[in-house]
Amino acid sequence: MSTNYAIHVEGLVKRFGDVLALSAIDIDVPHGTVLGLLGPNGAGKTTAVRILTTLLEPDAGEARILGMDVVRQPNAVRASIGLAGQYAAVDENLTGRENLRMVGQLTRQPASTARARTDELLERFDLVHAADRPAKTYSGGMRRRLDLAAALIHRPPVLFLDEPTTGLDPKSRSDLWGLIGELVSDGTTLLLTTQYLEEADRLADHIVVIDEGRIIEEGSATDLKERLGRTLVEVKFPTTRRARIAARQLAAIGPTELSDGDTTVGVGVTDSGKALLDVVRLLESVDLAPKSMAVRQPTLDDVFLQLTGRGPSADDEQPEPATRGAA
Amino acid sequence: MTAIALPALPDVGEGDVRIPPSAVVSDALAVAKRNLIGLMRVPTTVVFSTVQPVIFVLMFRYVFGGAIRVPGVSYVDFLMAGIFVQTVTFGSMNTGVGLAMDMQSGLIERFRSLPMARSAVLAGRTIADAVRNLFVIALMVLVGFAVGFRVHTGVLEFGGAVLLLVLFGVAFSWIMAYIGLSTGNAEAAQAASFPLMAVFVFASSAFVSTATMPGPLRVYANHQPVTATVNAVRALVLGGPTAGKVLTALVWTVGITIVFAFLSVRRYRRAV
Ligand SMILES: Nc1ncnc2c1ncn2[C@@H]1O[C@H](COP(=O)(O)OP(=O)(O)OP(=O)(O)O)[C@@H](O)[C@H]1O
Ligand SMILES: [Mg+2]
Repeated sequence: MSTNYAIHVEGLVKRFGDVLALSAIDIDVPHGTVLGLLGPNGAGKTTAVRILTTLLEPDAGEARILGMDVVRQPNAVRASIGLAGQYAAVDENLTGRENLRMVGQLTRQPASTARARTDELLERFDLVHAADRPAKTYSGGMRRRLDLAAALIHRPPVLFLDEPTTGLDPKSRSDLWGLIGELVSDGTTLLLTTQYLEEADRLADHIVVIDEGRIIEEGSATDLKERLGRTLVEVKFPTTRRARIAARQLAAIGPTELSDGDTTVGVGVTDSGKALLDVVRLLESVDLAPKSMAVRQPTLDDVFLQLTGRGPSADDEQPEPATRGAA
Repeated sequence: MTAIALPALPDVGEGDVRIPPSAVVSDALAVAKRNLIGLMRVPTTVVFSTVQPVIFVLMFRYVFGGAIRVPGVSYVDFLMAGIFVQTVTFGSMNTGVGLAMDMQSGLIERFRSLPMARSAVLAGRTIADAVRNLFVIALMVLVGFAVGFRVHTGVLEFGGAVLLLVLFGVAFSWIMAYIGLSTGNAEAAQAASFPLMAVFVFASSAFVSTATMPGPLRVYANHQPVTATVNAVRALVLGGPTAGKVLTALVWTVGITIVFAFLSVRRYRRAV
């Protein structure tokens, strides 16, 4: 049994009718680390989270949280996990404070502990000013923070966040990243799903890319970028004519491509430092002065594009709103 | 930021943590409390629980009261039992709609991910709706007294009538809980339950004597739970033979509760 891992998943299969939502997934998350589960719409991210949080039974395979089986020991698992689902699950009619106290009570903490913990979380998640207003008056970002606070009320050692920042503006997103970063530095093990490569890049120690229920790649953000992305030296020219001439010359260094209205030449390289010198020397020798030059590191978007042959959200489905509700 | 000590988790080996029996009660009460707060904060449920029952009492009393004659008793006294049962029956729709909304909002998922008693969400909802029914009945009794309604029996019988009404409300709440969980959508739950409730309430002895109804309708009206409960409540407040009627009403109430509580709990466990 793998108590060495906070989360251990082996051969997990789930089908919904004809749809194979998960086909034999294996994942191991060491204690105190962050796993980013990355995938486009319908990849199976939520399905995996729902199985790991005891909400759904797998058709085959095994999943253990801190060594406890999600199917056979659901209550023990529930006591050790926190979940903030894809849609913020807060009671619209209760105030922020009432929401947290209710969850505190339901996780069977003494009333005084629940109250103290509520105050602490309201403070930490910047909700004190809105603590006594019904949650239906909250903005999307506030609702997400409340939902996350509710997931943390019983100090779970393992946390699941399903697309925690979908639908948030850039400021709220980066605020939430800050909060999640703090949690993780407290030693919490985190499994996070996301469609945002930047998010996985920023928060996750290890990234698992899934598509159509299968793991198609995994590694650290740097790994993935090194293996699959490629560094580009981008050289911009004042005219398209010069850019075209330069592109022919620079092909000697690496594969080139023209962009930006054919005024910019991108050269694919592996060692960007050396390549930069080569580019400069070559351009000098043929007397072609560039307007500007830059090195562009590969992004996870490039990785994703290469792996799945499409962008992260190239589905016809729209990104879903952060909350669904019966308003 | 100071490091927070993680709580010591019980080492359960290969067994599961047991939810203590006391938690079954305390979890249900915590959920009931949240539902009652919700009831008081949503304007539509406040209106449904206060203004509407009062309007019904006054309307039936003064609009139809003159036109409808029932032999032997004043129409107000005949009517009140019917309005009570109608109100708790339609009120039970609240249970289904509330649960459907909780499913839609994802709250049920949150509850299911917590180490709480499985029964608490449904029990809490039903308890809250029973409390609400008790309040509504009290309000209608007061308004009824003001417009001429009188109890012809004693305090004990009247208390029995109120208890029966509350239990009957709980029974119908379980039917609605099942519909709410099955549809998982507030509008659909409402659309599915309204016609059903109407067939129970209007084809019954609630407002008129079933004796005036045509053959097949009369047979149905005489053998359905709303009529049974109306007749029992009526006997409890107006007098006359009571025991048999109360027994019939209780059989319906308990039967419905057992069947639909079982179905609802099963549906809740599988809720997605
Ligand atoms: N309850 C369900 N019934 C039927 N099919 C389902 C159900 N839940 C998920 N699916 C299907 O399983 C597949 C994986 O869905 P899942 O919700 O896990 O994807 P996801 O990666 O979370 O996508 P998104 O980014 O859109 O949230 C999809 O094809 C989806 O339609
Ligand atoms: Mg999802």
